[in-house]
Amino acid sequence: MRRALEVSAPLYLDANATEPLRPEARRALTEALDLVGNPSSVHAVGRAARCVLEGAREQVAAVLGVASAAVVFTSGATEANAVALAGAARQGRRVLASAIEHDSVLAATAPIDVVPATAQGMVDLPALRAALESDPTPALVAVMAANNETGVVQPIGEVAALCRRFGALLHVDAAQIPGRLPLSEILSAGVDSLALSAHKAGGSKGAGALVLASGWWPGPLVRGGGQERGLRGGTEPLPAIAGFAAGLLAAEAWRANGGAERLAALVGEIAAELRERVPQAVVVAADAPRLPNTLALALPAVPAATQVMLLDLAGVCVSAGSACSSGKVTESRVLRAMGLGPLSASTIRISLPWNAPEDAAGRFVAAYAAMASRLAARAVEAAAA
Amino acid sequence: MHGPIAPSRPIYLDHHATTPCDPRVVAAMLPWFTERFGNPHSAEHALGREAETAVEQAREEVAALIGAEAREIVFTSGATEANNLAIKGVARFARAQAGPRRRIVTVATEHKCVLESVRDLAAEGFEPVILPVRPDGLLDPDVLASAVDDSTLLVSVMAANNEIGVVPDLSALVAIAKRFGVLVHSDAAQAAGKIVLDVAALGVDLLSLSAHKMYGPKGVGALYVRRRPRVRLSPVFSGGGQERGLRSGTLPAPLIVGFGEAARIARAEMAEEAARLASLRDTLWKRLSAAIPGLRQNGHPSARLPGNLNLTFPVARAADLMARCPGLCLSTGSACSSAEIEPSYVLRAIGLSEAEAGRTLRIGLGRSTSPADIDLAAAALIAAHEACVAAA
Repeated sequence: MRRALEVSAPLYLDANATEPLRPEARRALTEALDLVGNPSSVHAVGRAARCVLEGAREQVAAVLGVASAAVVFTSGATEANAVALAGAARQGRRVLASAIEHDSVLAATAPIDVVPATAQGMVDLPALRAALESDPTPALVAVMAANNETGVVQPIGEVAALCRRFGALLHVDAAQIPGRLPLSEILSAGVDSLALSAHKAGGSKGAGALVLASGWWPGPLVRGGGQERGLRGGTEPLPAIAGFAAGLLAAEAWRANGGAERLAALVGEIAAELRERVPQAVVVAADAPRLPNTLALALPAVPAATQVMLLDLAGVCVSAGSACSSGKVTESRVLRAMGLGPLSASTIRISLPWNAPEDAAGRFVAAYAAMASRLAARAVEAAAA
Repeated sequence: MHGPIAPSRPIYLDHHATTPCDPRVVAAMLPWFTERFGNPHSAEHALGREAETAVEQAREEVAALIGAEAREIVFTSGATEANNLAIKGVARFARAQAGPRRRIVTVATEHKCVLESVRDLAAEGFEPVILPVRPDGLLDPDVLASAVDDSTLLVSVMAANNEIGVVPDLSALVAIAKRFGVLVHSDAAQAAGKIVLDVAALGVDLLSLSAHKMYGPKGVGALYVRRRPRVRLSPVFSGGGQERGLRSGTLPAPLIVGFGEAARIARAEMAEEAARLASLRDTLWKRLSAAIPGLRQNGHPSARLPGNLNLTFPVARAADLMARCPGLCLSTGSACSSAEIEPSYVLRAIGLSEAEAGRTLRIGLGRSTSPADIDLAAAALIAAHEACVAAA
């Protein structure tokens, strides 16, 4: 007799790398896939596509509380960050960025003056102030709304106040915010440009936006065709954009209706359980305000790659930092910037998706505790040998 | 009663602007939007690895369409970005290496994004040269030969034109550029999947592709970057270092899977489909030219895409014809600029007057075009032209 192989779906706890598609986004996306036209064509089919594109722009603008003309669609947050920072640099602005920014910010232009981070993973405000004071050149400051690895929420209100005081533009990478914190509050702090990614907002990969809230207008990186008011050439990816708008709208409604609180409760449950069962585990930036879904967790002396691999074998999808480059696990640049020392090579990121199951905390803690005790037993054996 | 010229469903004859997603492409993509949503760069866990595997399979399919190796394919958001990356990337890398070559040669009928990328480089110390074309829309090889020398860095010539559909003898043009060791880029957004393209036979170094022009999804394209001898580029933007640092940003795995499926279908069905479209196109031309004396076809009569027809009408203005054919989706030129009222620079480059350009329609046949569509389109255009003549 053949025995049915029991394979349960993996427990996906890597939402900061990409969120599962929301059903609202799925509907909008599949409907847009049936549209034939190019939004720039003037005939009926093209106009229908244009109508969906502009409807999506209005939806995104409404969520953010900006005019729809402020929303420029891009291929994703990486391109949005690049357009803003490279544009500022071309306009002769000095570019400053916090040490914990995403690679797409830190690599967007050169030179960038890097502002250090505190041990709690926040941009160092006195250092930012000193950097702005030291040089009268008009500047653009890039500080992310919340860090993708630690989840630490940045003091955008204070950063914006400093920018205003020194006449600097403020760019905020808000890729991790939808469905987790109120986007419109971040924008109303006084942000000039803001980057969003569709696939982190419950939409699909392949779209994003640069929101130009104050009227500041960087130049284009990708030219040709004149789409997006000349700021970003190329036929707009209509299905991905339609899914983005619907996903963002759904994510914000879901957050406001208790979704974020539910994730925060699950994360709290994980932290509390681990204090009991794996007391050697350390929550990174434990005292800082963090995204409701994110937990950076260090297991001293165990390489992050080992932890991630063992959890993967146990059917739990987590990551060691950001998902971007090549899949190789190296020591996190963000954690090093926080002065975490050797722990920065032993830290994994747990980030709950919007549809995390009710038993997510229990399943994760069981897998993590089993991994920790197996590693501890192995260490004892090795010491005895 | 309405006549047969008012079909209930619009007849889409604008396949140069964009093509409908093939249902097989949609079916291939859907699971990668939904349950298999992993980030293809999350190689640390099962969901990420399956997305990565799917991306790499699609890369093989896209490479196979043009006779390239998978690792020579760099995914981008589309052909516009691929063209920007090719042209600015080659130039900026050369400048960073303090290379002596400064001239960048292209053609007046190229897509706007190529022309703008080349012109933009003037501000970075390069010498843009924009060559004219013959009245048949093709670049004269002697004109190219006189424009390239050993100070030339790059030649960019499209593999098929998006308005008049002409297909140059690319390998002959490449041979001229290669005499001086010049790199050659080709925008193949309109050619890929429609005519046979083999990067080895053509000898090009860089080639741009767009998924949505070949029945794949909008939002993805690719740049072929030759490995042997290796072509070096600087990225347009940086970040997570995806695509070997040439193109950062999370790869849109579902769109790439769709692109791969579109490439697979195109490769399997290209020969048959090209013959079918050419025959439909010729039927349409015969019907129209028999009924409308003085109707003229633009672009080389035989060196052209099978689905393309670009027609200058003797009397009626294109806008009036389109207004009288609401059931037909046609265009006057490139979609990017079709909202503009200015006459097409491509038509001006082949010697049409402003008035002639204003009487010109682009007709693009494609996979969904049936013989019945051609009958209806011919009847509608002939009736519209008669009505315009009567009103004039």
